[in-house]
Amino acid sequence: MDTIETIKEQIAGNDILLYMKGSPNQPQCGFSAQTVQALMACGERFAYVDILSNPDIRASLPKYANWPTFPQLWVKGELIGGCDIIMEMAESGELQTLVKEAAATQSAS
Amino acid sequence: MSVRQIIQARLEADLAPLHLEVANESDQHSVPPDSETHFRVVVVSDAFAGQRKVARHQRVYGVLEAQLKGPVHALALHTFTPDEWQARQQSAPASPDCLGGSKADPGV
Repeated sequence: MDTIETIKEQIAGNDILLYMKGSPNQPQCGFSAQTVQALMACGERFAYVDILSNPDIRASLPKYANWPTFPQLWVKGELIGGCDIIMEMAESGELQTLVKEAAATQSAS
Repeated sequence: MSVRQIIQARLEADLAPLHLEVANESDQHSVPPDSETHFRVVVVSDAFAGQRKVARHQRVYGVLEAQLKGPVHALALHTFTPDEWQARQQSAPASPDCLGGSKADPGV
């Protein structure tokens, strides 16, 4: 499948989706680690894609998203931001609200 | 001009910031000494008023497109309006510690 189609499917199919370096248990970058920690602290299930083991996605997503770096958090089809934005939102409580709302309205899939 | 100076000049020209910090944090990461790969930027500008964070960052990424395609590997970015900056008592979050990812990262 075309990489952009794969990305679109991932974003459409997962209400809370994190593109990161490594996995939530073994992040390979401080920015990904911080972001995934903040997301896990919200206490909801989320999907992730390790872009280190998916070089095609790593190469294509920045252009598609108009966002050059990783991690990237997508909620309900919308790019929320990278590490700095997520940390600021976690600090203010916005992240918790956003993630809880997304999880509450998640389609059973 | 160093990469740091280029980043500074481009942001000054585009955003007319009230406050701008551009720090080279490369020595905190697993890259050779004197690298210019990891930067932290704090920018306070009226241009961000009414914009969500994603839009603000996208604007900065647009201004620094050439640098991000080239030497810059990581850019920690903190964007505030003057009011937000005052409310935060003029401080931005620090960057996280490196986890040595370049050993697992074929792209670095």
